[in-house]
Amino acid sequence: MSRLTDKNSYTVIFSVIMVLVVGSLLAGVAQGLRSRITENKRFEKQQNILYAMGVDNNKDKSDIVFVPANEVEEAFKTYIKKQLVIQGDNITEDPEAYLIDVKLEANHAKEDPNYQRRLPLFVGEKDGKNVYIIPMRGNGLWDAIWGFMAIDDNFKVEGVFFDHAGETPGLGANIKTRFFMDSFKGEDLMDGEAFKGITVKKGNNDPTNSRKEDHAVDALAGSTITGDGVTAMIKKDVAIYIPHLRKLIKEQ
Amino acid sequence: MALLSRKDSKLVTDPLLDNNPITVQVLGICSALAITAQLQASVVMAVSVMAVLAMGNVVISLLRNVIPGKIRIIAQLIVVAALVIVVDLVLQAFAFELSKQLSVFIGLIITNCIIMGRFEAFALANNPWRSFLDGIGNAAGYGLILVIVGFFRELLGSGTLFGYKVLGDPIEKTGLYAIGYENNGFMLLSPMALIVIGVIIWVQRTRNKELIEEA
Repeated sequence: MSRLTDKNSYTVIFSVIMVLVVGSLLAGVAQGLRSRITENKRFEKQQNILYAMGVDNNKDKSDIVFVPANEVEEAFKTYIKKQLVIQGDNITEDPEAYLIDVKLEANHAKEDPNYQRRLPLFVGEKDGKNVYIIPMRGNGLWDAIWGFMAIDDNFKVEGVFFDHAGETPGLGANIKTRFFMDSFKGEDLMDGEAFKGITVKKGNNDPTNSRKEDHAVDALAGSTITGDGVTAMIKKDVAIYIPHLRKLIKEQ
Repeated sequence: MALLSRKDSKLVTDPLLDNNPITVQVLGICSALAITAQLQASVVMAVSVMAVLAMGNVVISLLRNVIPGKIRIIAQLIVVAALVIVVDLVLQAFAFELSKQLSVFIGLIITNCIIMGRFEAFALANNPWRSFLDGIGNAAGYGLILVIVGFFRELLGSGTLFGYKVLGDPIEKTGLYAIGYENNGFMLLSPMALIVIGVIIWVQRTRNKELIEEA
């Protein structure tokens, strides 16, 4: 009663063939779709940067609607006046600064203390006002969180955009909702001359977020760790830019 | 269902109630707890699982006579994983917005025990057409529970359905909130999903006593 499929040699041959077939199928699909996917990701980054500075297609109060992917390249050129790369004390212009992988740069700097990490900064102009858009990256509860923060000449927040890789839907994932992102608008990053950041705070008794000088926004229920991640991300990543921003604003 | 013979149509309708994968077979509980805080997420997950389970069942059924018994679980895993990756890549290339919304759910499908459970229990022993129907039926039964749980959790927890404020605005105090109603934030946490599923099981077994297991 021995069947062909019970033989060890059959098992080995079957697994080799299966791995080869599935492997090449996946590699083929990934290769075939890669150019489209990279293009999509590039547009997404432009959309996010523009969203942070308030260039969007929002209509309703709870909408998060980006500039459509087929118009975003044009809009990005119109609104983003300068793309800068800060490396040590050097500031250079680079039209592809938005493609810099912030995570890679941060890791590189962590491994090699002598490495001067490249910091992308975007200078936009909206309604005749300069805004500086800073990329941020940190950790949520399950995975990475990231975003962009747009700041005006007085270090007040013009707008933010947050996104996440895998926060819990309905809880931590709510950092990407309109009401949470909007609550940052107008908050002051500075306490006098010192950088204070913005804390995502439980029980600050300000659900409509009318107090803009308190360096805090109302936290999301059930998302403590994600909220703390947002606080830490702002404290860490925005702080690096503050001295450079001071210089830039003075020069202008 | 004139299209299907009686036996075939039972494959689709049975898992909806009397052989529901979540409430009777007790499979796929983990994803039912994790992602049902919003109705939209529930629907999306149900549709994704249906696509993967129907396709996977067909593939496994076609291969059922050539898969060696010793490594059949690994072979099944490879089929699910490959399908999920292909679906994910295709979405990223052609429906990027949608793929952003689904984010973690796509990957979570791999770990859904309903999929392995149906491969093992059904697709390995039946022809592709019947396996396809079985996949559709079980995914629909799974989706049904997800939607019910998602409905109650989003309604009672956030006061919204599909993101629309159906009970009024909790901050501006309109609608129900004007007379002192409050959202129950506890509904958004996973333990309440378990309780909602428990209530569904209770209701189902009260209506159909045959489902009650011997203690």
